[in-house]
Amino acid sequence: MTVLGFLLQKEFRQIRRDTTILRIMFALPVIQLIVFPLAMDFDVKSVNISIVDQDHSTYSQKLISKIASSGYFKIVGAETSFKKSLTYIENGEVDLVMEIPAGFERNLVREGVQKIGISVDAINGTKAGISGQYLNSIIADFNANMDVNVKTSAMSQQGIINITFTNWFNPRAEYKYNIVPAILVLLLTMIGGFVTALNIVREKEVGTIEQINVTPIKKWEFILGKLIPFWIIGMIVFTLGLTISWLVYGIVPVGSFLTLYAFAAVYLVALLGFGLLISTYSDNQVQAMFVAFFFIMIFILMSGFFTSTDGMPGWAKVISNMTPVAHFVKTDRMIILKGSSFNDVKQEFLYLVAFAGVLNGWAIWNYRKTN
Amino acid sequence: MEDNKAIVCKDLTKQFGDFYAVNKISFEVLKGEIFGFLGANGAGKTTAMRILCGLSFPSSGTATVAGFDVYKQQEKIKKSIGYMSQKFSLYENLTVLENIEFYGGVYGVSRKEIKTRSEELVQTLGLESEAKKLVGALPLGWKQKLAFSVAIFHKPQIVFLDEPTGGVDPVTRRQFWDMIYEAAATGITIFVTTHYMDEAEYCNRISVMVDGKVEALDSPANLKKEFNADSMDEVFYQLARGAKRSGD
Repeated sequence: MTVLGFLLQKEFRQIRRDTTILRIMFALPVIQLIVFPLAMDFDVKSVNISIVDQDHSTYSQKLISKIASSGYFKIVGAETSFKKSLTYIENGEVDLVMEIPAGFERNLVREGVQKIGISVDAINGTKAGISGQYLNSIIADFNANMDVNVKTSAMSQQGIINITFTNWFNPRAEYKYNIVPAILVLLLTMIGGFVTALNIVREKEVGTIEQINVTPIKKWEFILGKLIPFWIIGMIVFTLGLTISWLVYGIVPVGSFLTLYAFAAVYLVALLGFGLLISTYSDNQVQAMFVAFFFIMIFILMSGFFTSTDGMPGWAKVISNMTPVAHFVKTDRMIILKGSSFNDVKQEFLYLVAFAGVLNGWAIWNYRKTN
Repeated sequence: MEDNKAIVCKDLTKQFGDFYAVNKISFEVLKGEIFGFLGANGAGKTTAMRILCGLSFPSSGTATVAGFDVYKQQEKIKKSIGYMSQKFSLYENLTVLENIEFYGGVYGVSRKEIKTRSEELVQTLGLESEAKKLVGALPLGWKQKLAFSVAIFHKPQIVFLDEPTGGVDPVTRRQFWDMIYEAAATGITIFVTTHYMDEAEYCNRISVMVDGKVEALDSPANLKKEFNADSMDEVFYQLARGAKRSGD
């Protein structure tokens, strides 16, 4: 136990002296939490639209002004030919072209039916989908509010189902509620996965690990000597992250702090084990960096950070569940936004404990003082 | 095993695939002896030394260090030895005192003893004004002397030195060997590799490795007689010129 004391003392001294790493570790939560949620906003606000009005009627004007006043669209150019408007899409100046054909008003009034053509630039799939939906709902609203005398008797007599939405746990469906908890997980992932791996591999590169291996230090002492300092730093960074979420976004965990910290603690042990494992397989920092980067990319893209895992095909869900990150991203959101209790997420806790056990066990097994 | 032997090696072999880095070497090192372990680059010195330090498993043969088996009791060996590797291996971002404290502590020296002995050590090394400076800022010669002092700080039975004077000026080398003699006088067995033949003359006995085998083993005086040579340089040249392996 005294040997562990000396190891910890040495490690903290070194961490304190490596001011670059130390500064980055503390700048990380501040920058990620302040920049990402503001920058990564999936709410589509200004869609450039070009309207080709070949009808020039009262109705077409009404529709156009409704679109303009919705706040989501910016009308760019009013061309008379569809072809001309399409070149705007090709040039990327416009996201959407709506064509109001000649006879729009007449057909609406006489026959009660009229088709409108909408062409969307689908290079950015999300934006295309959302802006198409906006336009659809504006037109649907326009439809519903048309003068009764325009509608055919069949239409006015039809019962219409009105749908109203209530967003639970994130009433205004704001993106920050989705991303802020995820960034907290990302912070722990970076510290656990990268910093530890690089720290141990640097000892290999410099040659001090050989000096350690020739001493009677026990394997578990060496490994705990590396895990404990970074675990402490990780928990401080996590706390800092929670403070920033509260100060900047007013996000305070609805669930219990105890449950949240229990998850963060075990998750961090699992990720530290992952970093350790990488370090036992790498000979230099470049290797360790690449391997860690490779896995952390998979973790981030597959674990529901940005996209929901619910939409994934079956095989992808299997991969997703094999990353410790997915389990914490999910429960972290549940605890912070929904206020889930420990009982609700017990299963996920066991998963994380298993990950922590396996990754650390594997790392200790693979770390050899004699080879 | 006889009591006056610090290291006993018999047919010790380390094989990588079909390459014999160390090929059936046998020798004994007496307690309190300064034993020179010579050989050209790539002769297998470092590999042999790593086995004796418990850093590497041998492929076959037997060896005991301080009475402990190199196959099964590596951790016990590690308690009884000190090791100074070819690569400088103190922490450059720790101070002189912090390095001494760390390595002393790791070998189980009590904090109280570390304090008194490290003050003494800093004085004998003449590093009083550098004691609180980072080791990375020291000149190479001082680093090496400090590394040696750290390697014997916990009073091991045997200390292994792998080319301890590489890249160091002649004056510092001389001082370094004074330190080795002082350590030997306290009863520590010294096992040292070197490329400098003048240093070989300082040893009680030396062995010369060529292509993984020990080709000669005796006191420097006897070796010179045996090879009819004036200097150890010539002895080494006669032995090593037939070597097929060279370079690291």
